[in-house]
Amino acid sequence: MNVIVILILASLVVALLFLAGFIWAVRSGQYEDTLTPAMRVLTDESKTKISKTNSKLK
Amino acid sequence: MNMNVETFKYDNRVVRAFSIATVVWGIVGMLVGLLAAVQLYYPEANLNLQFITFGRIRPLHTNAVIFAFVGNGMFMGIYYSLQRLCKARMFSDFLSWFNFWGWQLIIVAAAITLPLGYTSSKEYAELEWPIDIAITVVWVAFAVNLFGTIIKRREKHMYVAIWFYIATVVTIAVLHITNSMEMPWSWLKSYSMYAGVQDALVEWWYGHNAVAFFLTTPYLGLMYYFLPKAAGRPVFSYRLSIIHFWALVFLYIWAGPHHLLYSALPDWAQSLGMVFSLMLIAPSWGGMLNGLLTLRGAWDKVRQDPMLKFMVVAVTAYGMATLEGPLLSIKTVNSLSHYTDWTIAHVHTGALGWNGFLTFSMLYYLIPRLYKTQLWSTKLANYHFWIATLGMVFYVIPIYVAGITEGLMWKQFTRDGFLQYPNFLETIVQVVPMFKLRAIGGTLYLVGTFLMAYNLYRTAKAGQFEPDTEAQAAPLEKAPSAPGKLSFHRMLEGKPLFFTVLAIVSILVGGMVEIIPMFLIQANVPTIASVHPYTPLEVLGRDLYIREGCLGCHSQMIRPFRSETERYGEYSKAGEFVYDHPFLWGSERKGPDLAREGGKYPDAWHFNHMDDPRATSPGSIMPRYSWLLTQKLETDSLPARLNALRKVGVPYPAGYENGPAQRELAAQAEKVVANLKQGAVTADPDKEIIAIIAYLQRLGTDIKNAPVTTAAK
Repeated sequence: MNVIVILILASLVVALLFLAGFIWAVRSGQYEDTLTPAMRVLTDESKTKISKTNSKLK
Repeated sequence: MNMNVETFKYDNRVVRAFSIATVVWGIVGMLVGLLAAVQLYYPEANLNLQFITFGRIRPLHTNAVIFAFVGNGMFMGIYYSLQRLCKARMFSDFLSWFNFWGWQLIIVAAAITLPLGYTSSKEYAELEWPIDIAITVVWVAFAVNLFGTIIKRREKHMYVAIWFYIATVVTIAVLHITNSMEMPWSWLKSYSMYAGVQDALVEWWYGHNAVAFFLTTPYLGLMYYFLPKAAGRPVFSYRLSIIHFWALVFLYIWAGPHHLLYSALPDWAQSLGMVFSLMLIAPSWGGMLNGLLTLRGAWDKVRQDPMLKFMVVAVTAYGMATLEGPLLSIKTVNSLSHYTDWTIAHVHTGALGWNGFLTFSMLYYLIPRLYKTQLWSTKLANYHFWIATLGMVFYVIPIYVAGITEGLMWKQFTRDGFLQYPNFLETIVQVVPMFKLRAIGGTLYLVGTFLMAYNLYRTAKAGQFEPDTEAQAAPLEKAPSAPGKLSFHRMLEGKPLFFTVLAIVSILVGGMVEIIPMFLIQANVPTIASVHPYTPLEVLGRDLYIREGCLGCHSQMIRPFRSETERYGEYSKAGEFVYDHPFLWGSERKGPDLAREGGKYPDAWHFNHMDDPRATSPGSIMPRYSWLLTQKLETDSLPARLNALRKVGVPYPAGYENGPAQRELAAQAEKVVANLKQGAVTADPDKEIIAIIAYLQRLGTDIKNAPVTTAAK
């Protein structure tokens, strides 16, 4: 079952990459604000120059 | 605050291209699925053409739906949302189009090679080695484009959807490369570098995580973008979405072994897979509730907007599938569900409900916006919703019934301790009506998709396509201001970065090709003395078994239950598969397990059965394989095949492929012909049927002939 070693190593590489990403995200202040990002998504279209039809529903 | 606002353009062209591909391939994939479904109760629907027989089009269906329909849908959604979330155009237009055309080319290659029988036989990774390389190249292009866009983003915060996209890109690359390690023996064929149990473990580590990181994480990212947009309100809890993401990615990758419960895999690995699968309920349901609760106070909109209806069902289906998945991973439940249609029902809840409906809602959202108009007909979209929902119900419920029926009938004993249904055929005949209902469900779903295609076409006709959407945003404060840094960025732009990453990946792959066989051959030393490599004729027969996709319906892995050992014989041991490149355990039983098939029936029975299964087994749903009787067995490539097998660790003696192998092949073929003559069948020794009979008669006999040594293991 040596192949388990390969799989665990591959999985660990992925997991460590995620861990690095997580640490980076926390350190660089990505998660300091958990309110406005959710709001901002809704307005990304309306920042269009000369606000066009302002594509909202309907 | 940086006040020099920049004006830039979002690329809509590539989004439109992916959306068209999504619709077209979706219809193709569903059509092929329907054709496969019909053959399960009416085998003649293959028109006696080998190219569209179940075994060959089952992988075509799964590949088309997963990688062509959902794949293009994923690219469509990511290319649209990533630009807007990053407030930046895609990093490189060249890479965007390289990604698009490369992906379509891969799909076309799959649509040609799979019906021709060029398959690696590893589920959801059936494509052969040249296509595997192409997938790697295109995926790297996508990765560079995605990371390049993230690096040049004008929005400091990376919205949670972007994290889901990153997880997809990174993990799929690792999975695909690890699982696709194969030794080519011709321009279109190869053998897996791993053997038997090891191959099975790698394959299902891949298979499980492909579901996780190709069908789940990208679509969760898309849900977190499109659901709030459609509802016009922020996600219920952004904090929960972050927890959802990190918990999911850290848990998902360890759950793979739940596909191999009660198999020859070590117990501890099985338990690990089961525990992690159960833990996955938490993040999955957190995400589902987060999606549904986003609609709190907006349910009136759901009533009016078909797009939101699709979204609600998609998220609900995600919840159902992610509760069911962990339950199926519990060993007790799995002992009943494995190999049955229950699994098929489970994956279709996910595919039809979660991926299908989310893709439809994205299309209904995007096409009117790309064409700056309204959806042509809301009414038609509503019809689509109800027809597709009905189709899903008609698909899933009969197949659940079929699955549980199969599982119970296989395990049923009489009071005297005999199998209640010793003839496997009885259990299949019982569920054939369910297969018919399923085909109706599939047809409904497909009809709905046609309605959508027409609706979207009319929408596009009525509107005016906007190739680029102009937008404005200030660059990040930490934008490259130092001249040295700027030139470094310039250097990285476009093709050089792409080719650098490509070079690194190919070096890594090369390294693995070198290391893995050396590392594994040691472990391939037989643990059962009576297990020998396949003879040349059996090798060719085994390759035919792979070509025809026999493992789509026949497993070769007897689990250690009395109901299975009574029916099929001694349960399968890990040591029996050390020369199996690739492993052929299968995951489905539409026909009996074949692990101990050798010697059960005379050669002539197999000959007649292949020619017309219903002649020997009335009511059988197996297709006729009459072409095996007439097609000449290809033996020229025998040395290449034996050489490749030797390279991956099968101990054929030196020089065996030049002379001795051919003589052995001829002798064994003559023996089969002689056996056939005893059964009043005349056949030429150079036909394909001879090889496949030789292979089938070999299956499981190593242990049968020497039962004493197995106890020692």
